[in-house]
Amino acid sequence: MKNSTLPDPFEQARLEKGYGEMDDQNDPVTMVLRLKDVRKCAHNWKSYSSEAVPGRIVVPSEVNIRDMRQIPFEVDPPRHGAYRALVEAWFKRPLQAEYQQRLTDQISGIVDQFVGQERVEVVSELALPLQSRALTLLLNTDYGESEKWISWGTHVFRSEGVALDGDKATVLYDYIDEQIERAQKQPSGDLYSVLLDSEIDGRKMTPEEVKGVLVLTFAGGRDTVINAVTNAIAYFAEHPESLARLRQEPDITGRAVEEMIRYFSPLTQMGRVVMEDSQVCEHAVKADSRISLCWASANRDAAVFENPNEIVLDRKINPHVGFGFSHHNCLGATHARQIMKILLQTLAERVSTIEMLDFTENIEELDEFKRKVGFHKLSVKINPINH
Amino acid sequence: MAQITFITNDNQTITLEGTAGSVMALAVENGVSGIDGDCGGVCSCATCHVHVAPEDMHKTGPASEIETDMLELDDNANEYSRLCCQIEISGALDGIVLTVAN
Repeated sequence: MKNSTLPDPFEQARLEKGYGEMDDQNDPVTMVLRLKDVRKCAHNWKSYSSEAVPGRIVVPSEVNIRDMRQIPFEVDPPRHGAYRALVEAWFKRPLQAEYQQRLTDQISGIVDQFVGQERVEVVSELALPLQSRALTLLLNTDYGESEKWISWGTHVFRSEGVALDGDKATVLYDYIDEQIERAQKQPSGDLYSVLLDSEIDGRKMTPEEVKGVLVLTFAGGRDTVINAVTNAIAYFAEHPESLARLRQEPDITGRAVEEMIRYFSPLTQMGRVVMEDSQVCEHAVKADSRISLCWASANRDAAVFENPNEIVLDRKINPHVGFGFSHHNCLGATHARQIMKILLQTLAERVSTIEMLDFTENIEELDEFKRKVGFHKLSVKINPINH
Repeated sequence: MAQITFITNDNQTITLEGTAGSVMALAVENGVSGIDGDCGGVCSCATCHVHVAPEDMHKTGPASEIETDMLELDDNANEYSRLCCQIEISGALDGIVLTVAN
């Protein structure tokens, strides 16, 4: 097995039962593992709600570290739709040419910095700065802010070796509070100001609601983007032929991005709270217990994907759920797709080979399953193309 | 060569000419509102959903199983629904009218 491989720990349970079980801090979760079931449950918000106690639909649960609601993430339709409509256009800005140009400048700057160096630690030196700087574009805020976000380290809610860390989350919450106050005093064109000025139900959004959107934007797009970027670099280190292929066939870059999102599934799962006694794969789930939509398992479902455990760079039909599905599909997906597309283009243009030097795997402990989601550390040497 | 007409949610009628590639790509290149084509045409994002005019259904044929699976959970879907990234442009489509679902 190659070092960049992300094995599928769910295969046997998916085939035999269709579900898995996880305790998660005494708030058990029935994990839904097959793609069709995951989609159906994701769509069925009346039976499987997102609007529980804040933090409860996240697995592992964040109930003990926060009491503020993330928006629109922890709101059910129809109210969810009103919030979503408010933010949708803003989060589609990555489709604009100017946005893409600025992102290209950022990413090529980072890659150029490390090409030819003896060693780069990808997670902290490349992926984290890349993610943080790109976030300044998504928020339309000062580039300099990214230095602060980088200084927070790779996990906003987690310390090294500790599952969940309330103190670390407070740093983010305090920062967002400060930024909202600043935007109230001095409105600008950033996301804080735009949200403070927007209306829902004929009234202005409250600072608490604005905070809910911002916390979601910071938290949802951090580990996920860092994992996707790091895993892509690990993959190219062991598949130089794929890098060469993207150089020769740049038209397949979009497909390659979708395939990597499928294969990497940077977010393993997302929970829902069961509203009434029901069944998942003939398994009873009780009201007020939790299910999870296991995107990582669904994306390896052999009933849908041929050769699910391989990265098929130009996979033509790829109905993956790496960005979730239905009402709550990933708000940041447009931004994330552009990051990955531009990263792949930049690497293909400038890099010949990548040598993997050493690494520490990031393995999620999900009771009966252990899932490698990426790396805590990954040191590589990035070799330039000699023109 | 095919003439393809899009009717958007804000009631604009846009007629475009295409020779090859997918209907989604043609729409995105020409900024047809409501067709984002976020995933680039691999059938994962459902942001290119159109309703084919009933009299034009024979030109596109029905949705594939993968499309149907995506669309069956879409509240706007009906028997004329297609994801237009899965419709290849050819002369057979000439004159088709597509109503953008979102």
